[in-house]
Amino acid sequence: MSRYQNMFSRLKEESKIAFIPFVMLGDPDLETSFEIIKQLVDSGADALELGIPFSDPVADGPVIQAAAIRALKHQVNLDDCFELLKKIRETYSDIPVGLLLYSNLIYRKGIQTFYELCEASGVDSVLIADVPLRETEFFDSKALVHGIDPVHILPPEPSDNTLKSVAAQSKGYTYVLGRAGVTGTDVAAKMPKSGVMELLKENNAPPLVMGFGISKPEQVTAAKQHGFDGVISGSAVVKIIEDNLDNRDELLEALGKFVSSMKNAS
Amino acid sequence: MTDLKQIKIDPNVAQSEYGFNGYFGDYGGMFVPEILVPALEQLEKAFYDAIDDESFINDFNRLLKDYAGRPTPLYECKNLTGPREGRIFMKREDLLHGGAHKTNQVLGQVLLAKRMGKTRIIAETGAGQHGVATALACALMDLPCEIYMGAVDCARQQPNVYRMELMGAKVIPVNNGSGTLKDAINEALRDWAATYEQTHYLLGTAAGAHPFPTIVREFHKMIGEEAKQQMKQQTGRLPDYAIACVGGGSNAIGLFADFVEDKEVKLVGVEPAGKGLDSGHHGATLTRGHLGILHGSHTKIMQNDDGQIEESYSVSAGLDYPGIGPQHVYLQEIGRAQYESVTDTEALNAFKLLSKKEGIIPALESAHAVAYAIKLAKASTHDTHILVNLSGRGDKDLEYVRNLEKSSNDEEAK
Ligand SMILES: Cc1ncc(COP(=O)(O)O)c(C=O)c1O
Repeated sequence: MSRYQNMFSRLKEESKIAFIPFVMLGDPDLETSFEIIKQLVDSGADALELGIPFSDPVADGPVIQAAAIRALKHQVNLDDCFELLKKIRETYSDIPVGLLLYSNLIYRKGIQTFYELCEASGVDSVLIADVPLRETEFFDSKALVHGIDPVHILPPEPSDNTLKSVAAQSKGYTYVLGRAGVTGTDVAAKMPKSGVMELLKENNAPPLVMGFGISKPEQVTAAKQHGFDGVISGSAVVKIIEDNLDNRDELLEALGKFVSSMKNAS
Repeated sequence: MTDLKQIKIDPNVAQSEYGFNGYFGDYGGMFVPEILVPALEQLEKAFYDAIDDESFINDFNRLLKDYAGRPTPLYECKNLTGPREGRIFMKREDLLHGGAHKTNQVLGQVLLAKRMGKTRIIAETGAGQHGVATALACALMDLPCEIYMGAVDCARQQPNVYRMELMGAKVIPVNNGSGTLKDAINEALRDWAATYEQTHYLLGTAAGAHPFPTIVREFHKMIGEEAKQQMKQQTGRLPDYAIACVGGGSNAIGLFADFVEDKEVKLVGVEPAGKGLDSGHHGATLTRGHLGILHGSHTKIMQNDDGQIEESYSVSAGLDYPGIGPQHVYLQEIGRAQYESVTDTEALNAFKLLSKKEGIIPALESAHAVAYAIKLAKASTHDTHILVNLSGRGDKDLEYVRNLEKSSNDEEAK
C-alpha cells in the first residue's frame, strides 16, 4: 500500500479527514523551511503538499507568489529542494509528501530525470499546476514508471468528460478545486454542486481532497460533513510565515497553533 | 532538452504541413491550469465557427477597411539603398489606424468576444501598443476593458497609459515579479482563471496557449496576402526575402503565413540583440533561448539552468518578451524561416536613416527589420527584392530616442 492509502485508511478508522498544509520549499530559506515543515508535521499535519519556487507562478495569488520570491532570493533551486525532501523523508518515513509545481521546472531538468529524483527523495505525488489533462500523458507516463502518483485537479462545475478523466487519471488523491481563480484566502471555497461527489465516487476517483480558499477550522468540518477525505490549506499557512519573518519562535508557535486548530476540526 | 518531442499530435485534428491545430510540430499546446481549458476550448470552437461564417468575415473586413484603413500601401524605398544594391519594399502597417499592425487582430478578437457573448475584455501590454489597440477596439465596440501593465512599463510609457485611459480602458499596474510584460501576462491569466465565464482574454501576440497562436496569425495574415499581390503588381514577381521583426511573433507570422508555401521566398525574422548577444542583455529568444514551457506554450524561452524565466532586454519595449510564438520555433526547426538579430545601435541607426531618407519614422521594433534589410540590400544586387514589414510608426518612441541622444551627447561633452 502507498503512503497515501495507508494514511486514508488510518483516518477512516479514526473517523477523521486529512489536514494537508502547503508550504513552499526553501521559504524563507532552506534551513527555516525545514524547521517549518517539522513543526507542521509535529503539530498534526497528516500529509504535506510542497511547492518548488518558480519565477512565474500563474496559478498562484499574491501570498504564494511572495513565498516563491523569498525562496528565489535565497537562490533555492530544484536540487536544493530535493536535498530538503530527502531530509524530510529521513525524518518522517510514513508521511505522504506531494509536490505542487510548474512544468518548466520539470522540463528544464528533463522529465525522466525529474521523476527519478522524486523517487529517490521519497516523494509520493506530483501535481503540475499548468499541465491540464489534455497535455499530461507524457508527464504522467514517466511519473508512473517511477512509482510517483500524478495528481489531477477537478475544476468547479466540471463537464462529465473532465470528471471521468480526472477520476481515472488522478492517483493518490483527487484535488477538488474549492472555487475558480488562483490560490488565496480572500474568496472562500464552496462545496461542489450536488451530484459531483457521488459521480466521483461512482467513477472510483481516489480520495477527494479539497483545496483553494481554505483557511478556517469550520471549513474543515464542513468539508468532512460533505464527504471529503481531506483538505489542503496553502495561503493561510504561508501567510503566517510572511507575517512572522523576523521571529522564528513566534512563527513556529503560530504555525503549530494553526495546524492543531485545523486538525482538531477534522 | 527535447523530451517533450514525443508528444503526439491528435490524429483527429486536421493537419497541414505547417500545422494548423494546437501544435506546430512539437511546439505549442495548451499548458494552462485545468480550470482554463474550457475557456480555451470555447474560444477555439468559436474561432473555427466564426471563420466559416460569411457574416463574421464581412464584419471583420468592413472594420479593417473603413475603420482601420486597409489595405495598407506597399512602398519602395528608393533613397534607402544605392542604385546597384538590393531593392527594399515597405509594407506600411505603420499607416494602419492605431499606428501599428496590432489593430488587425484586436478587431478580430473583439468581434469574436462579442460573438461568444463575453461582456468584459482583459489584456496585457508591455510598451502599451497592444493595450492601446485593445482600448480602441473596445471603445469602438462598447465593451469595458482592463489592461494589465507592468508597473515598470507604466512608468516608462506614460503617454500610452493616458491614451488607453482616454479611450475608456482601465490600466492596472502590476507590481509582481519584474513588473514587465511577462508579469502582466501572468496577472491577466490569473484574472481570467476567476472570470472566464464573462471575460475574454485578448492576448496580444502570436504566442501563448492554443488557440491564440493560430487566431492571432489568421487575424494578421492579410499583411502577407496584400503584400504578395502588391509585390506582384509592382515588380511582376514574388519577393526574394520577406523580413519582419520578432517580439512575440505576431507581425512576423502575419507577413510570413501567406508565403510559407512559396519556397523561393526566404523568410527572415529579426530579433533584438540588445546590447549584444553575449552581453546578457538581449531578447533573442529563437537564437539564444532554450526549449521550455511558458504562458501556455511549449516553445523557446529565455531561462536559466534552473528553469527560472529570465528578463529579456531591448531598446524597443515591444520586442522585450522572454518567450516566442511556437510556430516560429517550428519554422526555424524545419529550416523554412531563419532568425537573425540586430543590436540596439543598429536599430537606432536604421530608425534615423529611414526618417532622414524617406520621411518615414518607424517604430523602434520595426527599425530592427529595417536595419537587417539594409544590411542585406548592401550585400546584394539590384535584382534582389526585399519585402519588409514596417509594423508600426515611431511617434511613441520619439521622446525615448531623444533622451537617449541627449544623454549620449552629455557623455561626449564630459
Ligand atoms: C510596432 C510593433 N512592431 C512589432 C512588435 C512586436 O510584436 P510582434 O512580434 O508580436 O509583432 C510590437 C509590440 O509592441 C510593436 O509595437
